[in-house]
Amino acid sequence: MCLAIPMKLIERDELSGTAELQGVRRRVSLMLLPEARVGDQILIHAGFAIATVDPEEAAETVRLFDALREAEAAEADDRTSGETDASPAPPTSREERA
Amino acid sequence: MRRAGARETTTAAAMLQRLRTLARDLPRRVTFMEVCGTHTHAIGAAGLRQLLPERMRLVSGPGCPVCVTPVGYLDHAEALARQRGVELCSFGDLYRVPSSRGSLERLAAEGFPVRIVYSPHDALALAEQHADSDLVFLSIGFETTTPTVAATLETARERGVRNLRILPGNKRIAPALSALARDPDVRIDGLLLPGHVSVITGAAVYRFLAREHRLASVVAGFRPLEILAALIELTRMLLAERPALANLYPSVVRDEGNAVAQQLSERWFTAADADWRGLGPIPDSGLRLRERAADWDASRVAVELPEAREPSGCRCGEVLRGAIDPPDCPLFAQRCTPERPVGACMVSSEGSCAAWFRHERASRPVARAAAARAKGDPA
Repeated sequence: MCLAIPMKLIERDELSGTAELQGVRRRVSLMLLPEARVGDQILIHAGFAIATVDPEEAAETVRLFDALREAEAAEADDRTSGETDASPAPPTSREERA
Repeated sequence: MRRAGARETTTAAAMLQRLRTLARDLPRRVTFMEVCGTHTHAIGAAGLRQLLPERMRLVSGPGCPVCVTPVGYLDHAEALARQRGVELCSFGDLYRVPSSRGSLERLAAEGFPVRIVYSPHDALALAEQHADSDLVFLSIGFETTTPTVAATLETARERGVRNLRILPGNKRIAPALSALARDPDVRIDGLLLPGHVSVITGAAVYRFLAREHRLASVVAGFRPLEILAALIELTRMLLAERPALANLYPSVVRDEGNAVAQQLSERWFTAADADWRGLGPIPDSGLRLRERAADWDASRVAVELPEAREPSGCRCGEVLRGAIDPPDCPLFAQRCTPERPVGACMVSSEGSCAAWFRHERASRPVARAAAARAKGDPA
């Protein structure tokens, strides 16, 4: 029930506005987010905007995920090239369900 | 729903690998709890639970507002509708939840008006359109939803609307987490904190979890990648033996939360003891309307209530505390299904039982669940 969806604020008057997501528009109340500006990504819950989505933080999260993927890919290469090592291989099938 | 792109899929695979590598160093099996029903739904839809390392168990918590609303609340709503001739307005999730004698759905079938709304604001619009009606909005929900009700009441007052009242059933998540942390039956190593509740409350309100209870906790978003990132962070904290609070949903969650929303809620509501299905009474975990808002308060109307009766055999309560998984309940997928729900957790799509039924039933046969419990699982 605490579902909230990011939409773009495309127009506003006093304390209400129109938000859009993939061509779908709806009226939203800005009573809980009076500082929202046209063009902002806003998070909508039950017809109310409750937060602006910070584009820098959102981009930073994507960067962190990318970094993690790349680090993991590099480690996977190490694991493959190190298979002839005498060091014990990490447990796999017994330990985990694939 | 958006489909995951190829890039997202490789990232998810990398994260799972990282999680598995980290989990190998855990000294024992650990249990994490996703507090929020929206997380439960997202985890089920992505099939994440089955992909986790064996040493990691992820249980659902009390974060489905419909599920934790005690049966007495629905009895109260029904009694209002029957005795005072009011029209009820409700979020759709509540419609099929069993009460002691029936449900809102059955009430409607008997001819009593029950209107489903998407937003509290829709209830206000109905009140304005039907000036001769007497509308009662069934106000349930956590901190995310409470300010939308407060804002609606504020607007109703400004516009002089007099035919709308609410039946307050709103709840606060932090006191419930505090009660869970103290419950000796509930052994949790870390919490996936509710992202959208945190948008309003701010992340800082959860500091007590690590400080007072040594619980690792992470505010998490709702995409599979965000959930995996949170699980990795929780595991890291456990390995370092440094439980803390991390905010991994900083694009919308700030430390201090949404101050406008908090103030509006404060103006209309004040903390009160509340009953939770499964968790029982918890001090200060609910909200009631303030004295000066008495005119808007449908709970002040005297009604006769039947003795509150939970559905017989239903183990919703234990599911909500993370004490059992849905398949451990003998009614699960037998007498209790989404088509014919016995308990609240099977009604809402965010309820643990409904999420398990839809997404995870095949992966975990009842017998296996029973065997795991017999071994005294988890550690």
